[in-house]
Amino acid sequence: MLVIRNLHARVDDKPILKGINLEIQAGEVHAIMGPNGSGKSTLSSVLAGRDEYEVTDGEVIYQGQNLLELEPEERAWAGIFLSFQYPVEIPGVKNIYLLKAAVNAVREHRGQPELKAGEFLKLVREKLKIMQMDEAFLHRNVNEGFSGGEKKRNEILQMQLLEPTLALLDETDSGLDVDALKIVGEGINRMRDPSRSVLLVTHYQRLLDIVKPDYVHVLADGEIKLSGDFTLAERLEREGYEGIEAA
Amino acid sequence: MSNQDIDQLVDQDYKYGFVTDIESDTLPPGLNEDVIREISKRKGEPEWLLEWRLEAYHKWLQMTPPDWAHLEYPAIDFQTMSYFSAPKNKDDAPKSLDEVDPALIETYNKLGIPLEEQKMLAGVAVDAVFDSVSVVTTFKEKLHEAGVVFCPLSEAVHSHPELVKEYLGSIVPQNDNYFAALNSAVFSDGSFVYIPKGVTCPMELSTYFRINQQNTGQFERTLIIAEDSSYVSYLEGCTAPQRDENQLHAAVVELVAMDDAEIKYSTVQNWFAGDDEGKGGIYNFVTKRGECRGDRSKISWTQLETGSAITWKYPSCVLKGADSVGEFYSVAVAGKKQQADTGTKMIHIGPRTRSTIISKGISTARGQNAYRGLVKVLPGATDARNFTQCDSLLIGDQCGAHTFPYVEAAEPSANLEHEATTSKVSDDQLFYLRTRGMSEEDALNMVVNGFCKDVFQKLPMEFAVEAEALLGITLEGAVG
Repeated sequence: MLVIRNLHARVDDKPILKGINLEIQAGEVHAIMGPNGSGKSTLSSVLAGRDEYEVTDGEVIYQGQNLLELEPEERAWAGIFLSFQYPVEIPGVKNIYLLKAAVNAVREHRGQPELKAGEFLKLVREKLKIMQMDEAFLHRNVNEGFSGGEKKRNEILQMQLLEPTLALLDETDSGLDVDALKIVGEGINRMRDPSRSVLLVTHYQRLLDIVKPDYVHVLADGEIKLSGDFTLAERLEREGYEGIEAA
Repeated sequence: MSNQDIDQLVDQDYKYGFVTDIESDTLPPGLNEDVIREISKRKGEPEWLLEWRLEAYHKWLQMTPPDWAHLEYPAIDFQTMSYFSAPKNKDDAPKSLDEVDPALIETYNKLGIPLEEQKMLAGVAVDAVFDSVSVVTTFKEKLHEAGVVFCPLSEAVHSHPELVKEYLGSIVPQNDNYFAALNSAVFSDGSFVYIPKGVTCPMELSTYFRINQQNTGQFERTLIIAEDSSYVSYLEGCTAPQRDENQLHAAVVELVAMDDAEIKYSTVQNWFAGDDEGKGGIYNFVTKRGECRGDRSKISWTQLETGSAITWKYPSCVLKGADSVGEFYSVAVAGKKQQADTGTKMIHIGPRTRSTIISKGISTARGQNAYRGLVKVLPGATDARNFTQCDSLLIGDQCGAHTFPYVEAAEPSANLEHEATTSKVSDDQLFYLRTRGMSEEDALNMVVNGFCKDVFQKLPMEFAVEAEALLGITLEGAVG
């Protein structure tokens, strides 16, 4: 599904990623953990195609093609989805309008027919129910005046609608209270599928208690320092990043 | 996305740049008393109107061009322009579309407004102005039944002289400003609308303007009178062919609403903006003013301004009647090297008068966009209220947005609110939408349309669609 080899990236001449190697197979959930400033969010942004990051070395192969050559929208069409740590407000644009435009843009490039208004509404209602979101959400402006938790739920709602092949979830658990964390976590779990992979970027173990990853990687200073199974997350929680790094 | 990319994105060639080959009957360039006499003679005007023109001309000679606007342009040489041009077969004016010069129809087809189709579009009457003389007027029958008068001003001078005499220049006086004085002296033609007492105009009235004559100034003059308890919605849209030399457009629009009357005036303006250096674009100096003369009357201006090299335009409301309402909803786009200085004036005179101003300025490339608005509350306008919201959106980093709000309140019971914001289309917004599968262009369009939504939803339905499409065309271009 995804192969990252020796990936180096910088922003404003400051190196952030210093040789990432990672392989994700179809159906796997990988968690990237690490202290603030370790490069976790940079990794997901680079994979989604944000152009303020400059890739200086290495390669990323996604489903056999060179991912780094693709524009962000082309990556979306190819099935990559990024859930933002800080979802962006689009004043004046209704959420339902964005959702419908996004779904149909992706469908178009997958050779699927455009969803009619009625079909779309039926689909989105189904997903709203899963995310325990009120239909009023559809008629509010994109992320405008949303609480932190509402924004994250809205991201996972989009993921449900877009049905990506590779989901990059950047700090999706931050800013969530216990109840919202559960809803979001279960929303992610519902998406687990033998044909779908997930890269979870997080600072804490709490989301991982709900979304059990197959692999856990510790990212520090732009490199993956340690990889393991779920027990590594538990160890991190006990010992902290400093303990791990010292070891 | 780099700024260069953004510039490319917002850059595009003028879609409607072409010229129709029609022989014109054009006066030689220059302006003097004889020219004005000739204009009046060719239009077969009565003596009083010639006198009125000459009076305005002499006032204009005493005036100087305004220099307070946030605009830079070379001084206009009024002697190099021609002040009259008419399609040649004016005397035997066409009775139906079949009689119209095929080249004209072709022009409308290129513009996407074929009259054949327009005729069928239920509820829309078209008074098409080609250069200076109206050549086609449709839907007259239906309007006639309702008692509505909708005709070229030049025709109304003969058919309804008492109305024209009474109202012409009564809202925008001859010497109101430099360009209004010039217009009063040489005005070419425009629409005249009269809605009798208690009549709701049975259709939206619309006029498409077009400049097609090199070096010909266009001086439209429109007059709309809404009697007690009447209602009219008037739509105005313009495009113009590509030209090398700057073309002056100095229109005057006068509206008057009596007791309980309402006038809704909507504009989509897409004059040629000039090339990337601003060369060849239209200079648009317009005076638009509505007077809410009657109690509980209402006038609203809604506009989308995307064209012209220079825009100088402040559609205003004079709120005389008690409880009268003035509204101004505007989206102004300045790209390329366009300069826009636009806004409104709300003059509160009557008690409990209310006004709303929603202004959205979009600046791209090297465009300069200024909002200039005056809210004035005179003594006696007790409990007057105004709400002003003035938002600027910047795309790229070579453009500018400027806000000049003026408030003069002489009435202590007045309640005035002003909100202003300036924002940039951020890389974050575009990236967010692109990760959702939208192209760069679609992403930009979505952000910009969201920004304009408050105004677009005030436009009549068919115009709102056109406005969104036009905005899309204005901002689109070769990406990457």
